[in-house]
Amino acid sequence: MAVNASAGAAFELKGRMAPFTVLQVGTAEIDAVLGQLDARLAQAPDFFAGMPLVVAPAEGVSLDGATLEALVGGLRERALLPVAASGLPAETAAVAGLGLIRNLEASRSGSGESGRRDTPARAAPGAARVVTQPVRSGQQVYARGGDLVVTAPVSAGAELMADGHIHVYDTLRGRALAGVQGDENARIFCQSLKAELIAIAGQYRLSDQIDAGLRDAPAMAWLRDGELELNAL
Amino acid sequence: MARIVVVTSGKGGVGKTTTSAAFGAGLARAGYRTVVVDFDVGLRNLDLIMGCERRVVYDFVNVINGEANLNQALIRDKRVDGLEILPASQTRDKDALTFEGVQSVLETLASTHDYVICDSPAGIERGAHLAMYFADDALVVTNPEVSSVRDSDRVLGLLSSKTRRAEQGDEPVKEHLVVTRYAAARVGKGEMLSIEDICEILSIDLLGVVPESTAVLNASNAGVPVIMEDKTDAGQAYDDIVSRYLGEARDHRFLTEKKGLFGRLFKG
Repeated sequence: MAVNASAGAAFELKGRMAPFTVLQVGTAEIDAVLGQLDARLAQAPDFFAGMPLVVAPAEGVSLDGATLEALVGGLRERALLPVAASGLPAETAAVAGLGLIRNLEASRSGSGESGRRDTPARAAPGAARVVTQPVRSGQQVYARGGDLVVTAPVSAGAELMADGHIHVYDTLRGRALAGVQGDENARIFCQSLKAELIAIAGQYRLSDQIDAGLRDAPAMAWLRDGELELNAL
Repeated sequence: MARIVVVTSGKGGVGKTTTSAAFGAGLARAGYRTVVVDFDVGLRNLDLIMGCERRVVYDFVNVINGEANLNQALIRDKRVDGLEILPASQTRDKDALTFEGVQSVLETLASTHDYVICDSPAGIERGAHLAMYFADDALVVTNPEVSSVRDSDRVLGLLSSKTRRAEQGDEPVKEHLVVTRYAAARVGKGEMLSIEDICEILSIDLLGVVPESTAVLNASNAGVPVIMEDKTDAGQAYDDIVSRYLGEARDHRFLTEKKGLFGRLFKG
């Protein structure tokens, strides 16, 4: 029996913003890369399994098609999922069967200036990251593998990201993205909601889509059946 | 050792150079050996504001390149004892400033002065970065409008991450907020951000508020740091700022609208 076509389109193409982990390759010596990767994987084997990766050469490193292919093969053997390349010619990416992301650098605005608060990205899975200084415009804070707790204001133009929940015990004016690895149970809590953007597991809402009655007050964002909900607290 | 103070804002035209000149002159007047360094290579202004543009022979870039020594380039202010300026070069650009060169000049100045004031260029690129990198204190100059506040916020983020103190894990750069061109009447009408709004957004200590004033333009045109104009509102505001910076407790002024005679008659 045919699917009832009149019930609606069989598919939709949707533009969603989702963060990717970039594997920045610092050398064309693939054995060295895979060797160091094995050491890292040994520390947290489950954490990296199935992780989609974008492969990008570091500045000054060139990868040819054969090298990239060998690297991609090595990554797949280790249960990682290279899906795309960046900073390489399209032909080279195609040899290894990868897509090409062209504007990776452009989308990374300001991350280079996030400074020393942004360096310890090696928190053990489940550990919360606590930030006590104001998060200023242009700064990015990512709590990898856990929750992010901020006890100072978050300025417009700043970006908070966490694999788990985000708590802001002050005014949230910037962007907050919880569950960036896809955790739909992640929530965002803040003491005063003035955010530019709120996102959970890729579902986002911009400031002008936020009900005026919820603004400037304590609020919580969460997903109900895949739909973003905002409630006053 | 001197305190190195950067005067910065991100946005251009908010009053960094006016503040640098006034603040430097105020510290010198209080008896401290003070030098004001113009980091705005290519868009030299500090010498004009301080009225010594005709006495510039050598500049900051000459000193960095070893074409002149520091004493040849420093200009002694004729009105205030203990005040010197190191002018920027007008013919070069910010790339002429090298990290080692700036470090060496600032260290030498710090050993012979009490305060080294770095007048930062606008922006967050090389010149601004070098101006803030060695700072102990920062005066963040902000106008009461959203884009200026946003840029100041960005600069505050850089001060807490991209300075020597931040990179070496020392005590952070002490940040002070200076709000300039504040027009209480326009705040009342909702055309400008209020001091409370600015302080809430930036969450740093307010050092002082300088009212919008014709005295600033007049002083600039005359080449006199506005703090020397004791009778003007802006001059008094900068005097308060210097005193508060030096630890004296003074109430904030110029926050409310000055009422004229008719205003007083009709509004009580």
